[in-house]
Amino acid sequence: MSDPVRDAFREESAELLLDLENGLLELAESQDDDEIIGRIFRILHTIKGSGGMAGFEDVSAFAHEIEAIFEEVRNGHLEVSRELLNQTLAARDLLKAMIDDEGESSLRQEEARQLTEALRTFFPQTNETAISAEVSDDVVESREETTERLYRIRFRLAPDIFCKGVNPLYLIRELKQLGRCRVIAQVDEIPTLQEFDAEQCYVCWDLILLTSAGLNAIRDVFIFVEDDCELQIDELSFDDDEDPNRLGEILVERGDLSSDDLQAVLSERHKIGELLVEKNLVSSSSVDSALVEQEEVRLQQKRNSAGTSSIRVRSEKLDLLVDLIGELVTVQARLSQNVAGQTESELCNISEEVERLTWALRDQVLNIRMLPIGTTFSKFKRLVHDLSQELGKSVQLVTDGAETELDKTVIDRLHDPLVHLIRNCIDHGLESPQQRQTAGKPSMGTVHLSAIHAGAYVIIKVEDDGIGLDAEALREKGIAMGLIPANSELGDKELFSLILQPGFSTAKSVTSVSGRGVGMDVVRQEVESLRGTIEIESREGAGTCFSIKLPLTLAIIDGLLVNIGGDNFVMPLSAVEECIELDHRTVEKAHGRNLVHVRGEIVPYVRLRDFFEIHGPLPELEQVVIVEVEGERVGFAVDYVVGEHQTVIKALGKLYRHLQGISGATILGDGTVALILDLAGLSKLAEREEKELSA
Amino acid sequence: MKRIMTVDDSATVRQMVGFTLKDAGYEVVEAEDGVDALEKLKKTPVHMLITDLNMPRLDGVGLIREVRKDPANRFIPIIMLTTESQESKKLEGKQAGASGWIVKPFKPEQLLGVVKMVLV
Repeated sequence: MSDPVRDAFREESAELLLDLENGLLELAESQDDDEIIGRIFRILHTIKGSGGMAGFEDVSAFAHEIEAIFEEVRNGHLEVSRELLNQTLAARDLLKAMIDDEGESSLRQEEARQLTEALRTFFPQTNETAISAEVSDDVVESREETTERLYRIRFRLAPDIFCKGVNPLYLIRELKQLGRCRVIAQVDEIPTLQEFDAEQCYVCWDLILLTSAGLNAIRDVFIFVEDDCELQIDELSFDDDEDPNRLGEILVERGDLSSDDLQAVLSERHKIGELLVEKNLVSSSSVDSALVEQEEVRLQQKRNSAGTSSIRVRSEKLDLLVDLIGELVTVQARLSQNVAGQTESELCNISEEVERLTWALRDQVLNIRMLPIGTTFSKFKRLVHDLSQELGKSVQLVTDGAETELDKTVIDRLHDPLVHLIRNCIDHGLESPQQRQTAGKPSMGTVHLSAIHAGAYVIIKVEDDGIGLDAEALREKGIAMGLIPANSELGDKELFSLILQPGFSTAKSVTSVSGRGVGMDVVRQEVESLRGTIEIESREGAGTCFSIKLPLTLAIIDGLLVNIGGDNFVMPLSAVEECIELDHRTVEKAHGRNLVHVRGEIVPYVRLRDFFEIHGPLPELEQVVIVEVEGERVGFAVDYVVGEHQTVIKALGKLYRHLQGISGATILGDGTVALILDLAGLSKLAEREEKELSA
Repeated sequence: MKRIMTVDDSATVRQMVGFTLKDAGYEVVEAEDGVDALEKLKKTPVHMLITDLNMPRLDGVGLIREVRKDPANRFIPIIMLTTESQESKKLEGKQAGASGWIVKPFKPEQLLGVVKMVLV
């Protein structure tokens, strides 16, 4: 316990406390002696300051309370009374006990609290002016920021700054310690020798600083001179997206030049820096300084781009490239088909080589179009922030898998549906902070946005830890709206998917954010148009999770080639679950209803031959392709399954855009065209048709 | 070696400031109040001054005014030791010519940070 500073304080305070006691007793004799009051105040102030430094925080805090009273006395706001003196003397004794560490510390604390309260009653007004002495850490502060930013710092010190013992060099040195720094001194205002006063500061400075320390760290450098200094700190952007500012723009932004002057000079088309100086619009040192900034920004841009070494290509060029690859894949398929019948081994080898290269090229080109979904994710941070403000809920957004890559087109088209889902989560899903607390949840709600790769798919989840969906309420609403029959026994999943129906909303009130039942069906439509599916999981009281499953790319898909009456069709392989055979006996047993047994489960199927009104000889055995559409199993009867097929998707022409049941076309190896089936659309059409027939 | 004067009527503070600065390789001159400081300054010139504000005889602001009148000390950095409640005193001190301030209670590293920053 032999801490020299603590020992020194004990020694010092013993003396001070004796002086304090004497002072208080003297004051009792002559109650308005300013000299004595001043002395008492100073003693208390010293005990407070030194105590805090020596580690006696309780002493320091208590001394502060007494000091506060005597400040009032000193300022003439409070009269010295016998009562006040008695209390102060008691306080003095307590201070002594605290410093000498006499008696129980808990008892001392209680006593200090009571005395503090008693002292506070002496305050002239009852306003809470007491501020407890706190240990301030504002000089040494830890900062965690890693991204480097470029700042322009301009400062002009008061001319008499030298007389305050400030050497401007220390400011510059401190700034240099924060990062890479270019310093430009503006010396235009230095007068001629006759007028020169060596004690005045005539120079002002521009600094371009690249630092990860943050704005506050820069401001801290100027903390002692902020009243004697014109200081301007601007962040300079060096995004790849932006061209670096031109010299003239930099000068205008800095306020050295008006934009009108700039325009006037620009029209003369000479080297702008020289011209501006010639015209006396700016000084040459301003131009030099701005040039340094320009150079620095350009350098950073260059560094940034060198780091990732990328080039920007217009996305149309990529689209064209993908189209060409599509053509190449088609031609290659034709080549393979023709070579298959040949016996010449050399030709077979070449064909195989071409096939390998084509696939590699296809994968690479499709890969170019892939972008990390993170850019979209980061936009939602703002959305969540704004919404949580608007709705008075505290919400944090957690994102996962921002690096997951997805086709650019898919990402672009996914933005609106995701916005809608997030809005829904925050508005309907998350409870108010009070409700959450009563439910024993953290008052801050969480929206979790994640993306992961799963085979040829990406699964994007929007999840909240809110109130969850009420399956019963959904059932009632569904029945009321006639979407489901009253006696239907639907599982939770089917009930949840009701919210994807047009006009479906169980929200009791409509807010500006959501609740009108418009939107969720649009979300579903958009996801389906991207060949994706949407699934909802929810547990009441625990939250809701929307999973969007999307194919990685839109341009080329794995397809299942099927044949009906000599015509080829392609089904997206991703939806296909299995293929089974369909013989005539099964058809007869079903008594005209299109149902097949698949391992005990009855699955309805659509006869595409009938649906498309294709005639021609019926094969002995038909085949049914079982697919999953919106969580339900549906079969499509075809003549026979040809096999897997790499399908380059070609959009149908304008004339066929509104065709239902067909989503596109592809060219096969032999040059014939196969239509790509829109399975979800087909099953709905078939359902409608059947209803009309039975009605 | 740079010489720094610490002026404070509290021995505790003088001791702490003295320890910290000597440890960091500075020479330290101690003074008990403004009058003492001015006397010692006449004999021993210093590179920097660290002063308390509340002191008997001559307080910190008075000391700063006097020091700045002396041509030899017109430009030396002066740091005030203040407390949070002394905002007006701090302003007064700045107007008198102080270069900066440290809020009491402070830690040795805070003191050193400011000294190293201001002392060019």
